[in-house]
Amino acid sequence: MTDIVIRAENLSKRYRIGERERYLALRDVLTRALSAPMRIFRPPTTASGNSNHSHIWALKDVTFEVRQGEVVGIIGRNGAGKTTLLKILSRVTNPTGGFAEVRGRMGSLLEVGTGFHPELTGRENVFLNGAILGMSKAEICRKFDEIVAFAEVERFIDTPVKHYSTGMQTRLAFAVAAHLEPEILLIDEVLSVGDLQFQKKCLGKMGDVAKAGRTILFVSHQMNQIRRLCNRVFWVHQSGIRACGPTGQVAAAYEASQLSPQESAGKCFIGWEIAGHGNCVRSNFEGLALRFHIMLKEPVVRGHFGVAIKDESGRTLIGWGFDELEVSAGSQDVNLKIPILPLRPGVYTILCSLFNRGNNLTDGSLVDLWEAQPPLVVDTMPLTHPQEEWAGILNIPADLEVAGVPIAASGGH
Amino acid sequence: MPGQPPASALTFEPPTLRIAPPRGWVHLNLKELWEARELLYFFVWRDVKIRYKQTAIGAAWAIVQPFMTMVVFSLFFGSLAKMPSYGLPYPIFYYSALLPWMYFSGALQNATNVVVEQQRVITKIYFPRLVLPLSAVVSGLLDFAIAFVVFVGMMAYYRLAPGPSALLFPCFLLLAVFTALGVGLWLSALNAIYRDVRYALSFLVQFWMFASPVAYPSSLIPERWRWLYGLNPMAGVIEGFRWTLTGKGQPPSNLLAVSVAMVLLLVAGGAAYFQKMEGTIADVV
Repeated sequence: MTDIVIRAENLSKRYRIGERERYLALRDVLTRALSAPMRIFRPPTTASGNSNHSHIWALKDVTFEVRQGEVVGIIGRNGAGKTTLLKILSRVTNPTGGFAEVRGRMGSLLEVGTGFHPELTGRENVFLNGAILGMSKAEICRKFDEIVAFAEVERFIDTPVKHYSTGMQTRLAFAVAAHLEPEILLIDEVLSVGDLQFQKKCLGKMGDVAKAGRTILFVSHQMNQIRRLCNRVFWVHQSGIRACGPTGQVAAAYEASQLSPQESAGKCFIGWEIAGHGNCVRSNFEGLALRFHIMLKEPVVRGHFGVAIKDESGRTLIGWGFDELEVSAGSQDVNLKIPILPLRPGVYTILCSLFNRGNNLTDGSLVDLWEAQPPLVVDTMPLTHPQEEWAGILNIPADLEVAGVPIAASGGH
Repeated sequence: MPGQPPASALTFEPPTLRIAPPRGWVHLNLKELWEARELLYFFVWRDVKIRYKQTAIGAAWAIVQPFMTMVVFSLFFGSLAKMPSYGLPYPIFYYSALLPWMYFSGALQNATNVVVEQQRVITKIYFPRLVLPLSAVVSGLLDFAIAFVVFVGMMAYYRLAPGPSALLFPCFLLLAVFTALGVGLWLSALNAIYRDVRYALSFLVQFWMFASPVAYPSSLIPERWRWLYGLNPMAGVIEGFRWTLTGKGQPPSNLLAVSVAMVLLLVAGGAAYFQKMEGTIADVV
């Protein structure tokens, strides 16, 4: 009970839309005020016949709880209400109905570089941005060197920010934000800044924040980030929470719903994951299970299931096939258990197929052939030759001895 | 890190923040405002830095405006129209009034525009919004200080010295700041919601200057109506500046009392209105 850090009940937000371009003019208000003086104290209302305003509910009756230390991903289509939810929790805007309770210091990152001014130097902007985000001057001073080192802009820290490249600006902005230490962190789609290497660094830092026991609410469209960081996911759809539960399930259901009707007709593979590890293999020599979620309209009789792993150039590295499957209709999980996967670190594609032979003895019809999304990521230490051209495909260690003296392998370890 | 409490261990029960639709007249959260004082410092620092970085003449602009206006007034209202001036040389008479006036009109313009200018920051992060008009009103004090140095020089040139009334000068400076704050709070909120306010503002300020004892002394107003004249809070401020800085002019009277009352009303009302409209501001700005 006391471990709940955010609680929301029937949180709702209504916006007026239509004819927003024409801001209300004080002169109109003054003429109306002469007839009804108290009206100036109410938020601008629509006069009948003045303009066509209608309302939309950006959020309606949203209820949820978040416990301390949870990393909750928030996914959904654009316009579903994700940012509105974060804005309400960050107190940027007031809810129209319901309420939320938050326990603990909260930091919010709805944008990187809030308050950055091009005329000020990097140093000055770090202080300004840090203060806006809620850090005290002493805190910023203490972390200043770390921030600059994280952003890799040491040489330019005293030049006006208008001379920075976009990449440098976003890196500096993110570096300040990454060093916020609130108990609860709300992040809105800002982890996709910078080049791949920087993104990795940012994700790493977020991962550290999560491991330190902080609670994070994280909005993203990048499912691989969600799978990597979050243990729970809220799927926000049309102003409400459509589903909330463990990452694998909800993310898979969301991705399935994103397929257009033609795309999903006949498809049966909805998603996949490595049981307990998202899409990332951390150890080459431990057993793992690839779990495929399928949804069948008709039962499969004497079916064939094939799986292949291809590298970036499309070359098939290994594959397995299984016959005489009997799978009933509906939602099923197929587990492929592999004792070891000694592949070099990198990104691989999994191709899986399901055939239904039925009772004919002919080839059988294809139910679905799927290039699995997200890709398989192998994130282990490279153990083979340090030079790319000789490193090969497999990641298996070897020891060398010369006249009884063991020699350590170069590179890698 | 030694000396720092571990982030995950809640060694004390943190306060629960309740986020709900605002009801009725919200009370002023002074505690929160106090906690945000460092942010206020940063906003003021930023305004000052940017203003001086962007203009080539920077600090000189703080002097040019009041000085040139003083020259024009001394020439036309003084030498040519021969307005009464409490026996002071015209430049001193006008400059001592232009000092608070320039501060007021500058602070007012800045306060009115600050919320709209900072819309990006307002829509992305929370901090007590009152910090914005407050920072606008405080950052004008630097320009004021520079113009004040020129005034001291002018007094020396005319071999004039203020009387013991000069000790009360800080009170009137504070009154000027509060006046700018009071009006600024109202205009700041109104401008965020009704965007044509800033266009009306330049006209309003012009008109206001002539309704204040800048170009003429308040002794021109008949005694019985002077309290009514005091409803213009700047009347009290300007006469007060003249009196403390030069030793001549109108000592505090019922005019000042009315002005002070007006200022307090404006500040209290402005703060309440601003705080009430905060939620709407974030949505429409």
